[in-house]
Amino acid sequence: MFGVVVERVSTAAAIVAQFVIAGVAVAQDVPPVEDIVERTNCVAYYSAQDGRAQVSMTITDQQGRTRSRRMSILRLDAPSGGQEQSGCRNQKYYVYFHRPTDVRGTVLTVWKQSGQDDDRWLYLPALDLVRRIAAGDKRTSFVGSHFFYEDISGRNITDDEHELVEASANYYVLKGRPADPESVEFKHYVIWIHRSTFIPVKVEFFDAQDRLYRVYQATKVETVQGFPTVVESRMEDRVSGGNTTLKFSRVQYDLGIADENFDERFLRNPPRNLLR
Amino acid sequence: MALAACTVCSAVQAAADGPPLPAGLAPADVGEPALPAGLGGDSVSEEAGAADQAAGKPGLLRFWDTRVGVRTQDDDLVDDDFTLAETRLRLEYQHQWERADFALKSDLLLDALADDRGIDIEKREGWLQLREVKLGLQPHSRVDMALGRQVLTWGTGDLVFINDLFPKDFNSFFIGRAEEYLKSPVDALRVSTYFDLFNVDLVYSPHFDSNLYLDPKRLSFFGSPGDTTLRADMPDDWFSDDEFYLRAYRRSGSWELALYGYDGFWKGPEGFDLDRQVHLFPRLAVYGASARGPLAGGIFNAEYGYYDSKDAGLHGSDHAPPSEHRLLLGYQRELARELDLGLQYFLTHIADYGDYQDDRLPGSPDRDRNRHVVTARLSKLLMNQDLRLSLFAFVSPSDEDGYLRPQLYYKLDDHRGIEVGANVFFGEDGDTFFGQLSDNTNIYTAFRYDY
Repeated sequence: MFGVVVERVSTAAAIVAQFVIAGVAVAQDVPPVEDIVERTNCVAYYSAQDGRAQVSMTITDQQGRTRSRRMSILRLDAPSGGQEQSGCRNQKYYVYFHRPTDVRGTVLTVWKQSGQDDDRWLYLPALDLVRRIAAGDKRTSFVGSHFFYEDISGRNITDDEHELVEASANYYVLKGRPADPESVEFKHYVIWIHRSTFIPVKVEFFDAQDRLYRVYQATKVETVQGFPTVVESRMEDRVSGGNTTLKFSRVQYDLGIADENFDERFLRNPPRNLLR
Repeated sequence: MALAACTVCSAVQAAADGPPLPAGLAPADVGEPALPAGLGGDSVSEEAGAADQAAGKPGLLRFWDTRVGVRTQDDDLVDDDFTLAETRLRLEYQHQWERADFALKSDLLLDALADDRGIDIEKREGWLQLREVKLGLQPHSRVDMALGRQVLTWGTGDLVFINDLFPKDFNSFFIGRAEEYLKSPVDALRVSTYFDLFNVDLVYSPHFDSNLYLDPKRLSFFGSPGDTTLRADMPDDWFSDDEFYLRAYRRSGSWELALYGYDGFWKGPEGFDLDRQVHLFPRLAVYGASARGPLAGGIFNAEYGYYDSKDAGLHGSDHAPPSEHRLLLGYQRELARELDLGLQYFLTHIADYGDYQDDRLPGSPDRDRNRHVVTARLSKLLMNQDLRLSLFAFVSPSDEDGYLRPQLYYKLDDHRGIEVGANVFFGEDGDTFFGQLSDNTNIYTAFRYDY
C-alpha cells in the first residue's frame, strides 16, 4: 500500500544472462533477483493483511503553486492461499477524500484483480451517484498529482523484467524494463532497494532517449507494528519541474477490516471509525 | 537499532573490500540515494506531525456559488435576457451517533430573477432551500435506513435516466446551475437491506414528487404559457398519491446487475383532461433491469425499462400517454491520457403504436414510434487536472433535434474555481424535446468558493 513501483520477475535464464553480461560481482548473500523483487513488492504494498492511513499530498507545479489533497486510505488483501506470490494477490482499496473541500466525501474504490483490469468505482455524494470508471491507463496522474495510479496501488511485478545492477552496502540496485514497452512511457528504471528492509528508497525513470525524467524517493520510514513503512515520499517530474510529496500518518495494520467495507453500501455510508 | 547495527556491518564489510575511493572517483556511489530518515539516514522534515493532523471537523459553510447566464438570441415568449443571476451559500451540518447520523444540507439563495422569494419547502422555492435533511439509522447490521429529504440516484445512464425515477430539475440543468441541482431531493423513507444473494433498496415517498417544471420566465417551450403558470392537476394527497421505488442489485464478478421497479405517476404533466383543460400526471409503473461491467478496456452498460402507463389512451375526458419500452446501451473508455469518451444509444419505443395514433389528442405532438437518441461525452483534464474541459452532446436523428453542453472548469487554487459553459439547443420542429427549446440557447459563467 504505502510504497512505490513494483516490478516483475524475469525468467531465470534472463537473470543468469544478465549476471554474466553485466559482470557484476555478486556477494554470496545476495538473493536471486526475483526474490528481491517479490520481497520489495511485499514490503511496499502487502504489509499485513490490511491497513489504513491518513494521507496528505502536496502538489507543486512548475511555477511553484501548490495544491493540497487529504484522504483516508483503507486496504485489504485477499486471504493468502499460501501458494500464490504476494504480487498476484487480489487487493481492495478504499480512498475517502477530505480535501480539497469541493471533493469532500467523494470515495474511490479499487478492486485489484490478478489477470484482469482493476474494477474502479467513484462515488459522488452531491448526486448520490456511483460511477463506474474504466480501468484505463494506470500510468496517468492520481488526483492531479505527480504520482500515477500505479504508484499508489502497485504495478504488477510480472509487467517488467529485472536485472541486478549492483549490490552496495545499503542497496540492491535493480534495473527494470517493461515487458511491453508500448504500454508505458518509460524505457527503463533503476530502483534502489534497501537491503535489510526491502524498502524501495529511490526510483529513477528514463524515457526512450535515456533521459531521466521522473524520480521517486522515500524520505522517511517508520516501523509500524513491526512493518517498515514509508511515511514520507516524493515524486519529481524532472521535465516540467513539478513535484508531489506524500505524508502518511496514523498508519495502522491488521485492524480486521471487513471485506464489505469496499462494497457500494459503504460508498454511501463511509465507515467513519476507520477513516478517522 | 537492529537496522542501524546491520547497516554498520555492511559498511564495514564493504570497506574491507578495498580502500574507499575519494570523492569524484566513486562511480558506484554516484546517484546512490542517501538513506531516508528511519533507515539510518538524516532525520529530516520533523515538522511533519503538525501538518498531518486531521483536517478537523468540517465547518458549517460548504461553498459559495455565484452564477450569471444570458440567452444568446431574443425570444418573444420570454421578457428577460437573463436566464440565471444568483448567488447561493451552502450550509452543511452532520452529526454521528453510534448507530445513527443526522445530515443537513441547505442553500441560502439570492435569486435576482425570482419574483417571489417566499420559502416553499415543498416546491423547493425561496431564499432557503433544503437540499437534504435526513436521519440515518442502522437498526440491524444488514439494514440501513434514511428518513427525510434526500438526494437519490441509481441506474447506469450518463444524464439519461430510465429506471431512476427520482425527481429531476431540468430547469436548473438547462440554465447552467451546478450539475448536482439536476437531481431534486425526495422526501422519503429509504430502507436498504444487504443479503448474500441480493441487496435491496426500497424507497417510499408518501407524497408525489414530480420533476420540477421548466420555468417559463427563463425558458420557452412547446405550449409555453408565457407569463402564466402551467395549469396542472398534481396528485398531492399524502399517503394515497404516494410512490414506491425499488432496486435489487448484486455483483457477479466484475459485473453489476440490477432489477428495478417503480409505482407512482408520470414525472411530468404528460396527461390532459379535455373537459377541465388541465394537465394531469397519469399513473405509471416501471419495471426494468440493468447490467454494467468491463468490456474491451472500457465500461459497457445496458439498461431497459418498461413504462407501463396504466391509463394509456383516452378514458372519458382524461388522456394519458402510451406505454413505452426504453432501452439504453452505453460504452465509455479512455481515448488518450486524461481524455475520456462516453457514447450512449437511447431508444424510446411506443408499445401500442396503433392505439397511440387512434387516441392521440388533436394538436398534440405526433410522435414517431421510435425516438432514437445518441449521446457523446468527451472530457479532457489539463494542467495537473486543474482545468477540466467537457462536451456533452445529445442528438436525436429521429426527432432531428439535439442539445450541446460544453463546459470549462478551472480551479484557481484549493478553494476557488471558475466555470464557463453553454446550453445549446437545436431542432427542426417546435414540438420535439430539444427543438421546442431552440430559442433558449444560453451561456453562463460561475465563480465558486469551497470552504
